Amino acid sequence: MGLLSDPSRRKVLTGLLTRLNTPICIVCYLAGIVWFMGLAFEPFTLRTYMSENAMGSTMVEERFSSGERALSLAKEFDAHKRKAGGMPVEWLVKAMQSRGLEVFTQSFSRKLPFPDENKERYMVRGTNVYGILRAPRAPRTEALVITAPCSPGNTNNQAVALLLALAQYFRNQIYWAKDIIFLVNEHDLIGTQAWLEGYHHTNITEYISGSLRGRAGSIQAALSLELSSDVITSLDLVLEGLNGQLPNLDLANLFYAFCQKLGVLCTIQGKLQRNDWDTAEGYTHAAQTMMLMVLKQACGRSWGDHGLFLRYHIEAASVRGINSFRHYKTDATTIGRLLEGMVRKLNNLLERLHQSYFFYLLPSLSRFVSIGYYMPAFGLLAVILLLRALDLWVHLGAPALAAVDGVTEAEQPSSPGVLTVLTPVVISHLTGVALYLLPVHLQEMAVEHFPVSETEAVVLTAIAIYTAGLALPHNTQRLLSGEGTEQGWKVLKLTALLYLAVLLGCTALINFSLGFILAVTLVPITASITPALYALVMVLLSPAFTILYCVFIYQELIEAPVSVSEGWMLFLSVISQGILDHALYGSLVYPLLALFIYPCWLMFWNILFWN
Amino acid sequence: MAAPLTLLLIVAVTIRAVLFRSSWAELISERVEVVSPLNAWKRVVEGLALLDLGVSPYSGDVFHETPFMIYLFHFVVDYAEIVFMVSPGLVFCLSRFLTSLYLFRKQKYALESDRYPADCLELLRSPKEMFYIPLKVAMFYLLNPFTILSCVAKSTCGLNNAIIALFILCTLKGSALLSGILLALATYQSIYPLTLFAPALLFFLQRLYIPVNLRRSSFWFFTLQYAFIYVGSLVVITGLSFFLLGSWDFIPSVYGFIFSVPDLTPNIGLFWYFFAEMFEHFRLFFICVFQINVFFYTIPLSIKLKEHPVFLIFMQIAIISIFKSYPTVGDVALYMAFLPAWSHLYRFLRNIFLVSCVLLACSALFPVLWHLWIYAGSANSNFYYAITLLFNFGQILLVSDYFYAYLRREHHLTHGLYLKKKDGTEATLVLK
Repeated sequence: MGLLSDPSRRKVLTGLLTRLNTPICIVCYLAGIVWFMGLAFEPFTLRTYMSENAMGSTMVEERFSSGERALSLAKEFDAHKRKAGGMPVEWLVKAMQSRGLEVFTQSFSRKLPFPDENKERYMVRGTNVYGILRAPRAPRTEALVITAPCSPGNTNNQAVALLLALAQYFRNQIYWAKDIIFLVNEHDLIGTQAWLEGYHHTNITEYISGSLRGRAGSIQAALSLELSSDVITSLDLVLEGLNGQLPNLDLANLFYAFCQKLGVLCTIQGKLQRNDWDTAEGYTHAAQTMMLMVLKQACGRSWGDHGLFLRYHIEAASVRGINSFRHYKTDATTIGRLLEGMVRKLNNLLERLHQSYFFYLLPSLSRFVSIGYYMPAFGLLAVILLLRALDLWVHLGAPALAAVDGVTEAEQPSSPGVLTVLTPVVISHLTGVALYLLPVHLQEMAVEHFPVSETEAVVLTAIAIYTAGLALPHNTQRLLSGEGTEQGWKVLKLTALLYLAVLLGCTALINFSLGFILAVTLVPITASITPALYALVMVLLSPAFTILYCVFIYQELIEAPVSVSEGWMLFLSVISQGILDHALYGSLVYPLLALFIYPCWLMFWNILFWN
Repeated sequence: MAAPLTLLLIVAVTIRAVLFRSSWAELISERVEVVSPLNAWKRVVEGLALLDLGVSPYSGDVFHETPFMIYLFHFVVDYAEIVFMVSPGLVFCLSRFLTSLYLFRKQKYALESDRYPADCLELLRSPKEMFYIPLKVAMFYLLNPFTILSCVAKSTCGLNNAIIALFILCTLKGSALLSGILLALATYQSIYPLTLFAPALLFFLQRLYIPVNLRRSSFWFFTLQYAFIYVGSLVVITGLSFFLLGSWDFIPSVYGFIFSVPDLTPNIGLFWYFFAEMFEHFRLFFICVFQINVFFYTIPLSIKLKEHPVFLIFMQIAIISIFKSYPTVGDVALYMAFLPAWSHLYRFLRNIFLVSCVLLACSALFPVLWHLWIYAGSANSNFYYAITLLFNFGQILLVSDYFYAYLRREHHLTHGLYLKKKDGTEATLVLK
């Protein structure tokens, strides 16, 4: 408190902060970036360890051996799937029943707000089939879920077959203390969403789905299994869920521990772990893996069926079989054993997974960066906004800080009216609301008048409104008061800076990656903006361009670089997917960008055309 | 003046009416920042249901309103929304009288008397500035998001605020009888306004030109008179409650509940986390320590501010809202409504930028961290409590900043605006 009440020391501090404001800001920005890049450097990260006692001390022995049978089941399933032209519901029900499960089905339908061109669907109608293995040893108040999506085409047959084989094996064991639900869902995420809403009696996203007739206890954890090809060389763990939520780190530890035990090649973000952290390649590899995780988390969509479980407070992860490392081969028995081991350990849980971290980044499967290590990187960026705001406050002649002694203050210039600040704020937010509402609602009109498909109509409307928003402010400004004063834009900038700081802070707490990426692009431009700045720089660092850059960087990182035109097409599809994710699963990234970040950016844009 | 006030009133009522009808109302009324176990509307409804069934509303551990409150709502439950809309309106009319009455008088006094050095004239407020204060106070209360939230949630906090505002009005109007009765009513509602007794007494003494001197019989005569009105009406009100309900159940259920803090639902106050962590056998001791905070500051502040009872009222209300056992944002809004009345202190405030940043950030972070803790399950109570601490730090800093500024202005008024040290250099004032 000495600092806050001693006037001479305050004077020195504020003097220092205002005089050296720009250098401090630049240093903070660079330090933030360097800190973030340093997170992938192995000596700065922590080794993962199992925190949960119930899963650590008890080793289990895996005895699952019917991998071969699973393969033949896969063929049978494939044949029935072809015959039914979709999910062979009857066959699945019979198959599950013959393995001694209580089987139920749930049918659902959902009309998408506009056609999804990536997956070619509009009116979705499907059925989920699930079987419950009742726990013989406990009061059946808790449950685990293993899910395998039944995707169209030839993919994922093995996963469904393995699920059935596991069910048969599990049925004969006596040690289950939790009910186990085997779920085969149709239309991947839509099916999962419908099932989860049915299971929990909620209706968040306007699904029309049948109610569930059979239930088990409260779900403690879920695993989703996706085996996309017949030959599996390695297993990939997918953790990023809806809105960038991650499951408890112990789930990743569990997977890693069993991969080590069974000698299975395991990856994260499709990248193997390397041991040469002290070489440049080793570091680049870790940095790439971490960047991929950041990008995936930032986009806020669910990267596997598990992502939707997280919202219901259920720890979940997807295990995805991939075929990319030629010399290895993992057979179905081993994958079955891996799952058996994981489920048995989860079965031992006495309470939900909560011991380990929920906020982390993974540069590799055995190393993690916890919130305490990565938050400073964001903090260094966010503090720039506050420093600039402080600087402006001092320059605006606020008596509190300019002259520590209020009496030396000269006559204060009259502050600009509330209206000059309020008008841009309101207009920006109205533009934001338009950007949020209009694309989906205007699609019919757009399709009538222009030769485009519905999806294109939605995306192009969004881009059009976004661009139109850039033209709006400086017209209204002229209309309103003719000429803006120097004071006016400073007050507006101060408001906008504080607004952005709070906004980014809240975003970073919920979804660190999104907050960080937005901070990296928005902070330099917003901190340095004056009416004299080039408009082009401002546009190039706007939220839409940030998405575009992220698309290119992502493609670069997954080693599938794209040309500019392909990148543009991808950008369009990312926008349509973002809007769809919001409508279908309640992802918050699109509303956040449209209703808050974009209007905030527009407020800064307004300053550019102040005179 | 009337036109902007009417406009303001229309805007304020429109916002509330729209929110009452929207889907947000239910969400808001569930927020722990907005409602506390003491004033949640859900609990009032429960109490009413019990009363209708002929069961004592205090049986069970849900209802903690005073008997007057439940009988009030017993009659107007169908018009509850209107009651909640009217209550802030009430506060606002009163605050407007408050400032105009008090400050105009003081201003006149200041200008008439020649006792201030000439260079202090810029510290005094011109009548033109004063003219807009009521409007600003009304705006600060009616359009404060905290008040709006609290009103839409139908938290009975708004009614308590209205009673306190009425009390202040009566005090400033100089009606000792009404002031005593309303203070008793406010105390009956939530105990803590008890500490407002001191400033009210000081105000009346000052108004009647009775010096605060323990040896003077006139001082004792008036003090006893006022205390008698206060205690007498408190006894009458409590007695009436007894006859209404026919039992003393409400004493432990309302006042015991306020003092012993058995409900540890998180809120924006300081109590819940400590007492959730506390070993049971230290509980009594720490409850005493925590509760004494509200009452203790009355003594030093009354001594320091005995010439300025209205500012003392503001300080007391702020302290109550910071240290009470179940604070909500509605309580915060009440003392924030006073801030425009002290706009002449603005130039002496030192941390206003820091404080506004802190309060702004905290208000945004409360729901975010609540979401992370309760819904996402990824954060925990420590995160939420950290923000609570920060929020209260901001409030304390705000109050102490105003306190310092007030004292400093008084100092300048008597010693001149431009202070010189003995060696002729410019002097600065330090609060130690």
